[in-house]
Amino acid sequence: MDALAMLLAVPLAGAACLWLVGEREAAPEINAAASFLTLAAAAWLTAEVVSDGPFAAFHEQFFVDPLNVFLVALTAFVGFTTSLFSAPYMRNERDKGRMTPARLRLYHGMYQLFMLTMLLALTSNNMGILWVAMEAATLTTVLLVSVYRTPASLEAAWKYFILCGVGIAQALFGTILLYFAAERVLGAQGHALLWTHLDLVKHQLEPAIMSLAFVFLLVGYGTKVGLVPLHNWLPDAHAEGPTPISAVLSGLLLNVALYAVIRCKVLAEGALASHFAAHMMMAFGLVSTVTAAFFLSRQRDIKRMFAYSSIEHMGIMTFAFGMGGPIANFAGLLHMTVHSLVKSAIFFAVGHAAQKAGTQVMDEIRGLLRVSPRVGWGLMIGTLAILGMPPFGVFTSEFLILTTAMREQPWATPLLLLALGVAFAAIFGRVQPMVFGETTLGRLPYQPALAPVFVHLALALMLGLYIPPYLAAWYRQAARLLG
Amino acid sequence: MNLEGFLAQLAALATALVLAPLLTGWVNQWRAWLQNRSAPPLTQPLRVLHKLFRKETVMAHEASPLYRAAPYIVFACMLLAAAIIPTLATTLPLARAADAIALVGLFALARLFISLAAMDVGTPFGGLGARREMLVGFLAEPAFLMVLFTASLISDSTSLATIVSSLGQRELAILPSLAFAGVAFTMVSLAENARVPVDNPATHLELTMIHEALLLEYSGRHLALMEWAASLKLFAYSCAGLALFFPWGVAQANDRMALAFALPVLVAKLAVGGIGLALVETILAKMRIFRVPEFLATAFLLGVLALLVQLLLGA
Amino acid sequence: MMYTLAIQLVNLFAAGMLLLAFAMLAQRRILTLIHLYALQGLALTASTVTVAWATGQAHLYESAAITFALKVVVLPWILHRLIRRLNVKWDVETLINIPSMMLVGIVLVVFAFNLALPISEFSRSIARGTLGIALACVLMSFLMMITRSKAVPQVIGFLSMENGLFFAATSATYGMPMVVELGIALDVLVGMVILGVFLFQIRERFDSLDIRHLEKLKDD
Repeated sequence: MDALAMLLAVPLAGAACLWLVGEREAAPEINAAASFLTLAAAAWLTAEVVSDGPFAAFHEQFFVDPLNVFLVALTAFVGFTTSLFSAPYMRNERDKGRMTPARLRLYHGMYQLFMLTMLLALTSNNMGILWVAMEAATLTTVLLVSVYRTPASLEAAWKYFILCGVGIAQALFGTILLYFAAERVLGAQGHALLWTHLDLVKHQLEPAIMSLAFVFLLVGYGTKVGLVPLHNWLPDAHAEGPTPISAVLSGLLLNVALYAVIRCKVLAEGALASHFAAHMMMAFGLVSTVTAAFFLSRQRDIKRMFAYSSIEHMGIMTFAFGMGGPIANFAGLLHMTVHSLVKSAIFFAVGHAAQKAGTQVMDEIRGLLRVSPRVGWGLMIGTLAILGMPPFGVFTSEFLILTTAMREQPWATPLLLLALGVAFAAIFGRVQPMVFGETTLGRLPYQPALAPVFVHLALALMLGLYIPPYLAAWYRQAARLLG
Repeated sequence: MNLEGFLAQLAALATALVLAPLLTGWVNQWRAWLQNRSAPPLTQPLRVLHKLFRKETVMAHEASPLYRAAPYIVFACMLLAAAIIPTLATTLPLARAADAIALVGLFALARLFISLAAMDVGTPFGGLGARREMLVGFLAEPAFLMVLFTASLISDSTSLATIVSSLGQRELAILPSLAFAGVAFTMVSLAENARVPVDNPATHLELTMIHEALLLEYSGRHLALMEWAASLKLFAYSCAGLALFFPWGVAQANDRMALAFALPVLVAKLAVGGIGLALVETILAKMRIFRVPEFLATAFLLGVLALLVQLLLGA
Repeated sequence: MMYTLAIQLVNLFAAGMLLLAFAMLAQRRILTLIHLYALQGLALTASTVTVAWATGQAHLYESAAITFALKVVVLPWILHRLIRRLNVKWDVETLINIPSMMLVGIVLVVFAFNLALPISEFSRSIARGTLGIALACVLMSFLMMITRSKAVPQVIGFLSMENGLFFAATSATYGMPMVVELGIALDVLVGMVILGVFLFQIRERFDSLDIRHLEKLKDD
């Protein structure tokens, strides 16, 4: 319980502190320190859950089980490494004049608040608070997307705000319907929105209400996951915001939104006799995967391209969780982990590369290896990892998902394989000339922090070769929770 | 059909024929007062009718029999409409024919003939007026139907007599659907009777006129019939509105006392309604003809909303 | 007797909300739009108070107080300040085809009613019939956001969508738990402030609040 309090208090205190001193020279280090403390709290919390099992706290308003503690740990970890990456990145941006002191303060303060909203969304037991936290996550990042104040970034932020706002409003309607269904069983007020209570009575919830509620919840949170056709905001927001924000949006926010969807799916599956919820998720997932794969080859902006790759991978995960069952859920969780790690590593490398080149247009970034071999190799290895090359973890999880699909939904397998093939051709063909060949790039005053890139990739590699038994047990436990 | 019913029906017809021009006169009088002008006497429309009936009827050489017949048909339609609307009592002999849809049909028939006649002579104003009249009509009729459907949904019948008696007898309740329908009905009535803000009944030879453009070629007794028909239309609409939204005081059975009581009530309600109309015409300005579709679309929308709210809230 | 009166009053306010939703859909002037939005908030407050009075649910009074403070006083005030500072007080949106918007609106109402009808039968709330109207208000605000090309009307559409959602919460159940309602109110308020900042950024950059400037990012 103390660990949970610390987990939420640290980012809050960090945000307050950075609102005051966010423009100082030491601000990136304060940001990193706060993120590190959050990570420590997350580790502590994880240890507690591993030793004592799931628990609820603060009048049952918060709840920690293997599923969300795993995501808490992942979120805190990627949050910390991103803060390390962001330190030299933001100093370079400041020297280029793209970040003024006021913008730096906004950036650092909002970064911590964003972490807070995501941790709140993950640990909250109340489906209503989950919604509030998801909306707050949009609000904290919208000004970060537009932080450069260029026309394109303003447009991206506006789209992000309006589309996610509309989407999340649908989710609120779904939550209201969920409360409506629950109130008939659990009585008004108090416990009717607490997930732990809902989970116990999920078989008694009125199917007619729950099916409609799930449609709204899926559309609502699905907008934030970036499921096609609700994905329009995602490539713009990723491409136009600062790179650390792209990294946390892709690596964390999408996960948290998907977490909300699967929590709702558990309830809907319990209430409905049919596999309506599962089919909806599989359909959305498959459409997203295929559509995003075909959009990949048409991109010219590197961050945009990897944003579409995120849509593709979120689609794969949604499909996996939609299929359900122990193996698919296990694979989905594993994919979530490795995708977060690899995608944020790629964005770190891309961020440095784009900073060196002074552009995000791929045709103008050439020969990274000549200037900065480490950035070049980071990008190359990351790309191979995200494309599902063995021996990285993405390969393992995609392999598991494909084999499960082959057994349970054979019709979907060729579509998935097609999407993966198209994505491979598109991304690899683009990245290869950027890494090798002659260069046009210059040097930067602050040396990039490349440790996060390689730590992430090493973890992804490890997960591909060997999943530690306690981690595997943990995944299995979480997968069982999802049914 | 017993004698008493027949007499009551005759009384209702006579009332309509006399009260209609008086209502027009009453509205004109109040409008004049509200606009700080000296008012014509109340009986002015009757005097005009009298004068017109004595005058010679002049017709264009090209006029067809249709042109000649139109005033009689239009007058007959309006008279029948005024007769089937339960003005004084709900159980008149014609009540069986008093269907809400038939009422709309009668108005449409009159509109058709008046427009055909206006185009018949081939003057530019006639064609213009006919086109505008049809524009107003095709937008106003659905809205009017929606209002009537809402009322018939409340009372489970499209018979005007049943609607009025069931609306009159139900206990007092807040009905948002009737409120919407009432506003829609008012808007439709303003448009259909060529009042401000859609048309200005007080002008002649203006490019924006609708109703007057239709009558421009008529003279003598034809014009008298047309004017009388217009008065009857206003009277019919007013009575329909009063019957739907203020249905109290309409006699139920062949009850002579109630019937005798119904007349003063009707006159009082019409008097208040007439003042209201004069007030509306004084306050509002005439809108551009291009805005009329918007105005009527709003009326239609309100009618549909009334219907939907009634269907779904049961209120 | 009191019970039937309460139902009638709630229905009346619901009908008023629906009417206001249509009025907003068709309104071209920004200033009038804000007034309509405040009126909608007032109808929402009135309906919540009626439900609270009829059922004796004390927390609904608090919820009504929040609604009143936020949606009738604070947000319209912020919007007024915003349009005055941005100098768009007399802006008129020219590109809306009112009759066809009305028709689409009617279709949406029918759709919403059909969607809500089977569900509202499960409700024990006295205002259950209005769930369809609430959903219709949400959908119409959505339509308004899609069809407007200026930023402030889009924002008002967004806020009015939230009104519809709140109304759904009171009509299906007797409002959400208090902590959730507070959270939602906070989100809306913060969102409004951020939007305000954001509108200034847009204006500073484009010299206009026309969203058509914000349609450059495309996949080519």
